[in-house]
Amino acid sequence: MTPRWALPIVAVLVSGMSVSAHAETIQISMENLVISPAEATAKVGDTIEWINKDIFVHTATARNGDWDVTMPPKKTVTLVLKKAGAIDYYCRFHPNMKATLTVGP
Amino acid sequence: MFVRLSAAIAAFGLLSSAALAQGAKPTDPQIAHIAYTAGVIDIAAAKQALSKTANKDIKAFAEDMVRDHEAVNKQALDLVKKLKVTPEDNDTSRSLSKNAADKLAELAKLKGAEFDKAYAANEVAYHKAVDGALETLLIPSATNAELKSLLQTGLKIFQGHEQHAEHVAAALK
Repeated sequence: MTPRWALPIVAVLVSGMSVSAHAETIQISMENLVISPAEATAKVGDTIEWINKDIFVHTATARNGDWDVTMPPKKTVTLVLKKAGAIDYYCRFHPNMKATLTVGP
Repeated sequence: MFVRLSAAIAAFGLLSSAALAQGAKPTDPQIAHIAYTAGVIDIAAAKQALSKTANKDIKAFAEDMVRDHEAVNKQALDLVKKLKVTPEDNDTSRSLSKNAADKLAELAKLKGAEFDKAYAANEVAYHKAVDGALETLLIPSATNAELKSLLQTGLKIFQGHEQHAEHVAAALK
């Protein structure tokens, strides 16, 4: 007989597995003050890997306030997407760096 | 304001006319020295602003200047070390430093909104002059590919600073 406590654990394992099976990692680079790709698509649960190849600090700042990620020079920073939407974002320090991330449900 | 503008432009005017008079382009060690000096000057100006201003836009702008110019200058130092080049002092670097020292002294006497306006106006003029010199003289004269590429990155980021400075200056009016 299965002990009662085993059930929730199994449920957590299964749901955890199903998320990791579908979630993807999307790389977006910042190089020479340009974000590329300038337009990317992802889904809720996916991870964005922002790769800062520059010698400058950059940010990925959502105009709608959803997120604000800071990338030190030559570092990669990740963010797990939690909300859907078409998000325009930019670098607060170098506002000419602009891009769009469309997050599907 | 016109006096300040012309002083900043004259600094780089000197550079172009001196180079033209000699019929010689600045060498890589001279270019490295000029670029580094130009960065040091803007960092000093930003630090002065941070110690004097109460305006949050000026503060944010000055913090950006310190962060970006220190990053470029650190890269420049790493590059000259790697290339085993010794930056060479020259008339242009000297006149830049002299003008900058005068400007710091002039701005030191100002306070509050007066200081903010003068600092912003000078940042617009200074970045314009530096960007002009990079575009027309320093980048075309650089022979080492890595130095040229660093100067190009510098130009791109300083053009952003120029826009930012114009924005800040316009908002103060």
